[in-house]
Amino acid sequence: MAEPPSTLASTGRKPVGALLGVVPFFAYTAIFLAIPTLIVVVGAFLDGSGRPTLGNLSALAQPQIVSAFVHSTVLSAVTALLGAVFGALLTYAVATARAGGLLRRLVTSLCGVLAQFGGVTLAFAFIATFSAQGFLTVWLMKYGIDLASTTWLYDWDKGLMLVYTYFQIPLMLIVFLPAVEGLRPQWREAAESLGGSTWNYWRHVAGPILAPSFIGATLLLFTNAFSAYATAAALISQGSPIIPLQIGGTLSSEVILGQENVGKAMALGMVAIVAVVMTLYVVLERRTSKWLGS
Amino acid sequence: MTRTARRTGVAALATLALIGIAACAPPAKTSDSTGTGGVNASSATSAKDLGGMSGLIAAAKKEGTLNVVALPPDWANYGEIIKGFEAKYGLKVDSAQPDASSADEITAAKNLKGQSKAPDVFDLGGAVASTNTDMFAAYKVATFGDVPAALKDANGLWVNDYGGYMSIGYDAGKVPAPAKVEDLLKPAYKGKVALNGDPTKAGAAFSGVVMAAISQGGTADDISKGVDFFKSLKAAGNFLPVDPTGATIESGQTPVVFDWDYLNVAQGAKLKGKMEWKTFVPAGAVVGGYYVQAINKDAPHPAAARLWQEYLYSDEGQNLWLKGGARPVREEAMVTAGTIDTAAYDSLPKAEGTPVFLTTAQSDKAKAYLTANWAKAIG
Repeated sequence: MAEPPSTLASTGRKPVGALLGVVPFFAYTAIFLAIPTLIVVVGAFLDGSGRPTLGNLSALAQPQIVSAFVHSTVLSAVTALLGAVFGALLTYAVATARAGGLLRRLVTSLCGVLAQFGGVTLAFAFIATFSAQGFLTVWLMKYGIDLASTTWLYDWDKGLMLVYTYFQIPLMLIVFLPAVEGLRPQWREAAESLGGSTWNYWRHVAGPILAPSFIGATLLLFTNAFSAYATAAALISQGSPIIPLQIGGTLSSEVILGQENVGKAMALGMVAIVAVVMTLYVVLERRTSKWLGS
Repeated sequence: MTRTARRTGVAALATLALIGIAACAPPAKTSDSTGTGGVNASSATSAKDLGGMSGLIAAAKKEGTLNVVALPPDWANYGEIIKGFEAKYGLKVDSAQPDASSADEITAAKNLKGQSKAPDVFDLGGAVASTNTDMFAAYKVATFGDVPAALKDANGLWVNDYGGYMSIGYDAGKVPAPAKVEDLLKPAYKGKVALNGDPTKAGAAFSGVVMAAISQGGTADDISKGVDFFKSLKAAGNFLPVDPTGATIESGQTPVVFDWDYLNVAQGAKLKGKMEWKTFVPAGAVVGGYYVQAINKDAPHPAAARLWQEYLYSDEGQNLWLKGGARPVREEAMVTAGTIDTAAYDSLPKAEGTPVFLTTAQSDKAKAYLTANWAKAIG
């Protein structure tokens, strides 16, 4: 080595070893994120024989695709809000429990598992419980309550909403708990010693501190629901009411062929919606850290 | 339950395996397939071009092997058909990836082009066949004239082979027997009627909607009444949006299923003793769906491929399909000639009325209508 290490540091150049360390990360994101995104973006503007076209984008105006976008957005927004509200209440209950206590450890580790409990297994759990031959349905039948002929479980605005909320609430706890734990008891004591009521404390101290991370977590839940595919695919087999199922249909249909690039255009639409949401998330996160840092 | 559904699971694996085979297979020899008629077998459009059946058989024997792909032995009796062909002509049938899908067959032919392992013949779903006709070689079997005109290409580029009628399968222990399609709107069927897949995705479900349309006074040109029927079924709370499989039928989750008759009949045979699964083809609403047989134009064994076609469309081959519960395409001619296997034929569900087959134009129109209206109707 011609140069001593101190020279490297003083010129501000990073050692090559440090760059090598991030190569696997960049290779990974290139293969599983950048290249697929590029394929989707380019494919959205090509027709079946590879010529440039805007036809795929204008195909997005078809009523069934528009309503799938609406359904996806409504489903994600509603389950994100439900998840955020109930998740936040649960988080507060857990945060006020004794630190290191059994309840707290139990709930946080359970939520860690349930937040990742999605896809086919989750759909199966609901089918095994609520469907025509589900154990709850069969059990209720013994008491003369017949739920076997209802089909609510397979509707996007009933069954799917319930199933999504099931994984949204635990996820909320996981992402929101650190913020709630950041509330110091001294702040509450200070508010009380200055004569503030519980309402004053929440309105002027805890609320403003938690708001940005609450909203950020809600947006995260939104994207989480928006991009979910396997749960919905396992549960819903008719009509492709949400956009990930519509995209799946363009790839797997044996009836209507040659729609792959319309699927890519739909994926591009999803990217656009998620980009808007993520931009909001980044803006809010920056605000939160400024707030807590000062 | 549909063939495609059964086949897609291993599709990726199949493709990989086929590519693997491609790498080590020797190039195909084409020079030795000239028949006694002096015409190269790969351009023969009938057995006559090769000096009649004996010439064709001789040329095929010289090739020695027939490559087939995506033919499950338990599907439409293909296991027995392959054995019968081998025994009759002394050729070896190399059956690759029996569980692959129709689309995989085309992919295999493209990837293995010019190799000795490439598939010689195809057995395809209608949609995949109609978009790939440039891969086929025209050939007319001896019995070509028996095949109804709507079920073949005039030049023999492709010919329908076997299929069935759209039917309603039901668990007789759980629901009353339907006498006509609109019976399914009654309260007795609440939350019990399933369609085999989404009609914008699965061929069987697509034909289910066409059948409903015709039963409700619609035509092959206008399937809107079929979509309306499912809309009313949904409004009555009777439509069960579960994708039926053998497992859902056996567990009782899907007590009424729109599906091909041969699949419903096979289901009934499988569940015999456990459940009375019956099959019903509505009178006056007989909708047919057939698979397509074609020869790969780049077949490494062109004479064997043609001999296979002759065998499939012979009385023997047709009756073997029938034995598997599928309706062979020469059904009508064979009934007239008295050559049909009557025992097997009588066990098929009864169908009253002229079968309806959608032309390509009608089917494209129906697809466009479904794309725009299906999700709305049952959403």
